[in-house]
Amino acid sequence: MSELRRRLASWDTAIIGLTVIVLFVASFSVDNFGTSRNFTFMVLDLLPIILVALPMTFIIVTGEIDLSVASILGLTSSLMGWFWNHGLTIESIIPLCIVIGAVAGLINGFLITGLGLPSLAVTIGTLALYRGLAFVVLGDGAVADFPFSYTNWVTGTIGGGPVPNVLILIVVLALIFGVILHATPYGRSLYAIGANAQAAHFSGIRVARTKFWLYVASGAVCGLVGVLWTLRYSSARADNGSGLELAVVAAVLLGGVSIFGGKGSLPGVLAGVVLLTALQNALRLEDVSGQALNIVTGVLLVLSVLLPNIVNGIRGSWQRRKVRQAAALEVR
Amino acid sequence: MAEAPALLEVHDVSKSFGAVAAVQGVSFPLYGGEAHALVGENGAGKSTIVKMLAGVHRPDTGTLRVDGGDVVFASPGDAKSHGIAVIYQEPTLFPDLSVAENIAMGNQPLTRLKQIDRKAMTGNAARLFQRLGVHIDPARPARGLSIADQQLVEIAKALSSEARILIMDEPTAALSAVEVERLFSVVRSLRDEGAAIMFISHRFEEITALCERVTIMRDGKHVATEMVADLSVDDMIRRMVGRDLSALFPKQDVPPGEVLLEVEGLSREGVFRDISFSVRAGEIVALAGLVGAGRSEVMQAVFGVDAYDKGSVRFRGRKLKPGSPRAAMAAGLALVPEDRRQQGLVMELSIERNVTLPRARKLTRLGLLFGGSERRAAATWTQKLQTKLGRLSDAVGTLSGGNQQKVVLAKWLATGPQLLIVDEPTRGIDVGTKAEVHRLMSSLAADGLAVVMVSSELPEVLGMADRILVLREGRIAAELTRDEATEESVMYAAMGQEVSA
Repeated sequence: MSELRRRLASWDTAIIGLTVIVLFVASFSVDNFGTSRNFTFMVLDLLPIILVALPMTFIIVTGEIDLSVASILGLTSSLMGWFWNHGLTIESIIPLCIVIGAVAGLINGFLITGLGLPSLAVTIGTLALYRGLAFVVLGDGAVADFPFSYTNWVTGTIGGGPVPNVLILIVVLALIFGVILHATPYGRSLYAIGANAQAAHFSGIRVARTKFWLYVASGAVCGLVGVLWTLRYSSARADNGSGLELAVVAAVLLGGVSIFGGKGSLPGVLAGVVLLTALQNALRLEDVSGQALNIVTGVLLVLSVLLPNIVNGIRGSWQRRKVRQAAALEVR
Repeated sequence: MAEAPALLEVHDVSKSFGAVAAVQGVSFPLYGGEAHALVGENGAGKSTIVKMLAGVHRPDTGTLRVDGGDVVFASPGDAKSHGIAVIYQEPTLFPDLSVAENIAMGNQPLTRLKQIDRKAMTGNAARLFQRLGVHIDPARPARGLSIADQQLVEIAKALSSEARILIMDEPTAALSAVEVERLFSVVRSLRDEGAAIMFISHRFEEITALCERVTIMRDGKHVATEMVADLSVDDMIRRMVGRDLSALFPKQDVPPGEVLLEVEGLSREGVFRDISFSVRAGEIVALAGLVGAGRSEVMQAVFGVDAYDKGSVRFRGRKLKPGSPRAAMAAGLALVPEDRRQQGLVMELSIERNVTLPRARKLTRLGLLFGGSERRAAATWTQKLQTKLGRLSDAVGTLSGGNQQKVVLAKWLATGPQLLIVDEPTRGIDVGTKAEVHRLMSSLAADGLAVVMVSSELPEVLGMADRILVLREGRIAAELTRDEATEESVMYAAMGQEVSA
């Protein structure tokens, strides 16, 4: 297979293509989908998923997972309300929330890499723990009187046009994460860890330390998203972002990242997020109920795990044939 | 003594794995009422024989006969139904099930209501232990039993399925002297009841104490089957070794340079103890010994992949930070590990990514890896080692074993090491590549590199090494110079026998 054909056949290229098709078809067949107003809304819907998906991609590439992301978001949202009620300025609350998110991630990281516990179990535990703490902080109430200058910036657009302000944030963070993953030795080491942690260790890669900092980064990003979520809806609540982890993991896997680690690309993940959000947005415009939209997320999640397995099964037999041919050549 | 027909006969059996012929035309009989030892160096083909008898592998050619009739084992179940039971060095019990449940696994007694008859199960286990003359509570969980007791449970399990042919693959390796004696008394009583025993061990005193007959293998071939009483230990060792060394590439003589590596009193609880040695520039030092003697473990501790409890590692006079492969790399060490697939390479990643994995940091500009730098570095080194490959972007798993090994060598030579540790550098690769690897090591040493080689292949050790450290059970048993070293002297030291020739 030529380099180009291999590119075309890869899962992430396929998902990018599919996303373009879905956007194209939806903008013609779904009323109001292609409007600039809808574009703004879609970007705002996209915002939390895409930002949390960035560190999540890194974590899943190393073969681990972080299911506590939405709860860290909820906890920082709660704390943001509590701090605001207690008279802190918004300028000090925002960095504080990011740090608290990082600390929540640090606890995950310590339990997983320091004590060697499985990340799935640890982050299911902290999923409940952090959400519980969020309710302890704020109870069932909400804090809504955040300054307009901040809430307006989050929901606003550049110069009143169709491009939302937060798109800048998305582009900058996606670029940073993309460059780190695809063009630095650190990014290379993540793939090696995910595909074979022992060989990575033998190659001088500090496996535990690398994973530890990924959880800290994930927590910090969730802290930031907690702030953005609160400002977007102008409401700090303990249940903000509930269930977001499902959408994030679905989008990452849909984007071609292997749940077993070692495979995937950031462009694929970005396409996965856009595809998921666009589908939900289009269905909502067609008056499908919010509850039913979860079905879409669920089905896409299952498909994203199932389809690459089928494709790889076919490709694997082809690959094995090649290995045998190589071995035969060696004997000769 | 039994000169009745053999219970089991291995007849002209061969088995190859890829290009490697593991067993070639081996024949020997196992008689009822007799314990039969199978001896040979590492890689002589003993384990392959065991796996064929266990139904794990099928012979390529030749036949197995049970009670004089040809049999074909399509699965371990087939072997079992012909009365063959295999006891491995590490028993494979279910730790959370009771001893009685483990023994009954696969053929549990049932009550009339098709429920498992626990009473009968426990009763059976108790009867079996009584017959073996050992005291193990059938109701206790298997977890927490000593290795010796676990083996006795395995033997009881074999008896419960009415095995008549008991194959024991190094059962004594992890046992104390008392436990060995208890195991032997059980095995002797089974033998006296008419069972055929095949016993694999590296300890000659055990073979002479237990076995009547011995089969000696070398390089996958059958050397001799004789009565143990007719052979001295010296005779056995001589027949296990004694190969033609002329085909191998001998190391060039290089005047040794300054001392690079100094290992002092290195110990790790239960693995190796009080290991001290030094290596000079231009020298090839081999670590020889049997599998399990702790050779790989010592070198992995030196490189920092594993931790150690006591002692120190110095390189060029400076102490190396323990437990840090990164520090070892920075100091100028490189380790080509034993297990290519698990430790040496990331099979799913491309060839170029694998080659540049330990040193990607050095290839960056402004912290970034720009397009060609990895590919150029990988191309340089794979070409130097004449690696046969399609594209550098292919997954390394698509290469043959020999070329994979070259990729591992390229990966580590690219880091520009001053000391290269190679662990079983030619295991499982074809003869041509083997010679290339030997030539490469020799020329590296000539360029002033220090090389430490762990190898189970005696000809390789004798052909390549300036000095040989022989490890036995975690300790250095002997240090031999190139002139002192012969196949016999190395094997004597590895097996703990006095040189008596």
